[in-house]
Amino acid sequence: MALAIETEFTPLASAAGGALIGTSAVLLMLFTGRIAGISGIVSRLVRPLPDSKPLQALAFIVGLVIAPLVWRGVSGSSVDQIVTDNLPLAAFAGLLVGFGAVYGGGCTSGHGVCGLARFSRRSLVATLVFMTAAILVVFVARHILGGAA
Amino acid sequence: MNILVNLLVGLLFGFGLLLSGMANPEKVLNFLDFAGHWDPSLAFVMGGAVIVATIGYQLTFRRAKPVLDASFHLPTAQRVDGKLILGAAIFGAGWGLVGFCPGPALVSLALAAPATLAFVPAMLVGAAFAAWLKKSRPVPQEA
Repeated sequence: MALAIETEFTPLASAAGGALIGTSAVLLMLFTGRIAGISGIVSRLVRPLPDSKPLQALAFIVGLVIAPLVWRGVSGSSVDQIVTDNLPLAAFAGLLVGFGAVYGGGCTSGHGVCGLARFSRRSLVATLVFMTAAILVVFVARHILGGAA
Repeated sequence: MNILVNLLVGLLFGFGLLLSGMANPEKVLNFLDFAGHWDPSLAFVMGGAVIVATIGYQLTFRRAKPVLDASFHLPTAQRVDGKLILGAAIFGAGWGLVGFCPGPALVSLALAAPATLAFVPAMLVGAAFAAWLKKSRPVPQEA
């Protein structure tokens, strides 16, 4: 899309959604003793190790994938989503996200939520680095190049 | 039982992403765009998630072990190294390009936007490549 579209400020829904994400992280730790980091869970599938329990990881991902279908069934409301129509850009971004998250040992959930909640210094550094990188890329794409994102 | 718990927790996590707005890449990009239509909502997602997780983890770690496993599987790496920085920088750059990180991308699969269907397979390829690069030198368990 060429122009950035304004989105509504939703502090209550966002905080409530965040609380659900935090609750999921706590439940996963309480019951299975594991970090609810999505890239970590994905890497248990693409890099099966003796301790990686790939079936459990797969079950988590199935839950995540069916969530919008169940959500629509329960709430009756559709999901608002505006996403780029630039497919090569999307594929390139996917490569970077998958590679970077696994190489750096975590993503927004593993480092940004679970890691910060465990007071991990590595996760704090990673979160600051990926936030900064993302802010810079958005600034360049929208305000210097104008339009790519 | 472990399988069922993972399925339900994955579902709940997905609801959180959908309710919070994280699954809308435009909202994510607007959060990252201080110079444009800045939408601070995602600070509330992060705040809500971190507060709940911090308190819940403190209570959970009072237990000797998790309910369904013999021990906690916590990351053991302590050192901030080049891999962490480089990986986080590459991840952040990709996140800023279209507004998808791994959770929201997976939760969006069933909505079947063409960009999502391009993003997710590429993400799995990237993840597998990073895992392969790291395989030669085993590292302490990470987040």
